[in-house]
Amino acid sequence: MKFPYSFPVTRAFCTYLGQVAFLAGETFTSIFAGRIRWRLVLQQVDEIGFGSQAVVIITGAFTGAVFTAQTFFQFSALNMSSAVGPVVSVALCRELGPVLTALMVAGRVGAAMSAEIGTMKVTEQIDALRALAVNPVDYLVVPRAVAMMISMPLLVGECLFFGIIASYLVAVKLLNVGSVYFIHNMWNFTHGKDIVMAMSKGVVFAILIVFIACQQGLNTKNGAVGVGRSTTEAVVISSLCILIGNFFLTMALNIVFPAGAH
Amino acid sequence: MSVDNLIEVRNLRQTLSGQEILRGVNLDIPRGETVVLLGQSGGGKSVFLRHLIGLIRPLSGSIKIDGEEISRLSERELEPVRRKIGMLFQDGALFDSMTVFDNVAFPLRERGERSEKVIREKVAHSLELVSLQGQEKKMPVNLSGGMRKRAALARAIISEPSCILYDEPTAGLDPIVSDTINRLIRRLQTQLKVTSIVVTHDMISTNYVADHVALLREGRIHFTGTLSALHSSTDPVIRDFIEGRSHEID
Ligand SMILES: Nc1ncnc2c1ncn2[C@@H]1O[C@H](COP(=O)(O)OP(=O)(O)O)[C@@H](O)[C@H]1O
Ligand SMILES: [Mg+2]
Repeated sequence: MKFPYSFPVTRAFCTYLGQVAFLAGETFTSIFAGRIRWRLVLQQVDEIGFGSQAVVIITGAFTGAVFTAQTFFQFSALNMSSAVGPVVSVALCRELGPVLTALMVAGRVGAAMSAEIGTMKVTEQIDALRALAVNPVDYLVVPRAVAMMISMPLLVGECLFFGIIASYLVAVKLLNVGSVYFIHNMWNFTHGKDIVMAMSKGVVFAILIVFIACQQGLNTKNGAVGVGRSTTEAVVISSLCILIGNFFLTMALNIVFPAGAH
Repeated sequence: MSVDNLIEVRNLRQTLSGQEILRGVNLDIPRGETVVLLGQSGGGKSVFLRHLIGLIRPLSGSIKIDGEEISRLSERELEPVRRKIGMLFQDGALFDSMTVFDNVAFPLRERGERSEKVIREKVAHSLELVSLQGQEKKMPVNLSGGMRKRAALARAIISEPSCILYDEPTAGLDPIVSDTINRLIRRLQTQLKVTSIVVTHDMISTNYVADHVALLREGRIHFTGTLSALHSSTDPVIRDFIEGRSHEID
């Protein structure tokens, strides 16, 4: 029994990881057992998916725009401005699109989830659910998880779409890159697998956000102060997990979908 | 078998945050009767009630509901037990994302009632029983504390449980509404044979609804008996409680 106590940080970390994994396990068990309340899923898709569109479109568009401009400034010095299109689109699909979408969703949706569930916890509403023979994981976590896994890939797709439109506008209309070159090169160097990679990352990030946020909410203690704390932690921890997870995902997905090769 | 007990609690112990709250509670709740649980504020009455529907797991001891030991059941195994029991939380614990109507309708919908007509009728009836008719569309935040408690009571009784746990049902209510609630508790018992545990400080309520009284003190049941045994007791602790005396020196 000495080991865990001599490393309190490790111990807390393992406990935390265990709790999140346990919650995920319970949720997927319920999903596969068909305990899905579709009415609540739709409600959550509306809140998460539709509600996040503005944020995601603006993020995608301006990231695409600024990345195009900067790439152009660097590449045109080397007379390579026709490479701007594919560089931007591949970078958007493989990294920027999914990561930035996930960070925005973590800030917007993850925070809301942990605040809402946390408030329910400290005001005994979770206990009221249990007392009414309703499983809180089935009622609160399952719909959010399903809605997130549906919404995130679509939001990532939307982010990419608007990123590439913005990229085209900046490159072609503003910086005078040849329209045909831009489109032709972008089309040639961006593959279906890049889009698949973006969407897969979206699903993984959805899972990270929803279980971290719900775990924070369900373990909230100490009234309003506790709700504030778990909300902050949900955003910080899920954002960090997105950034760290993204590195490992990139390495793993690069084996499945090697870059460049057709 | 002498008495038919719906609930039997043996040697129930609980420690929360290092504080010993229940130190061996023994209590029987006879089927179809109303037991009032008295005790000081902070004495562990709410904690005790939460054990009876498995919201808290005992540190040790046994809780039998309808002959079934519930203290080792998993969350999902507890669900059938919880369907038999309604609970009124001390602060109501209404779902604040839903209107009063949806709160009260919640147990019906979760138990598979699909007909909106049936739901509307039952909700209206339930709200009428707690004199909250016409408040269906309000959100819980826009209700006073007493109204919230009554809405929560309407939610607890709508699925007609065979046992109801009331955590301070009349605290914070005006005397007239208190009387309505007391009559309702009595009526549920006489007409529907509901078994009840009523946690309260309110002696008027106690006198009105109790068949049996139990006094929780220092984590144990200090006294159990009928209402008249309570009133004829000469135990100073009980007398102080009934007469509302503290021993602070001013
Ligand atoms: N979840 C909890 N964690 C730690 N202590 C608790 C918890 N719930 C209640 N307590 C403590 O248990 C004691 C009894 O509380 P409670 O049952 O609410 O009293 P009451 O008899 O007024 O209903 C109090 O000292 C309270 O601080
Ligand atoms: Mg209490």
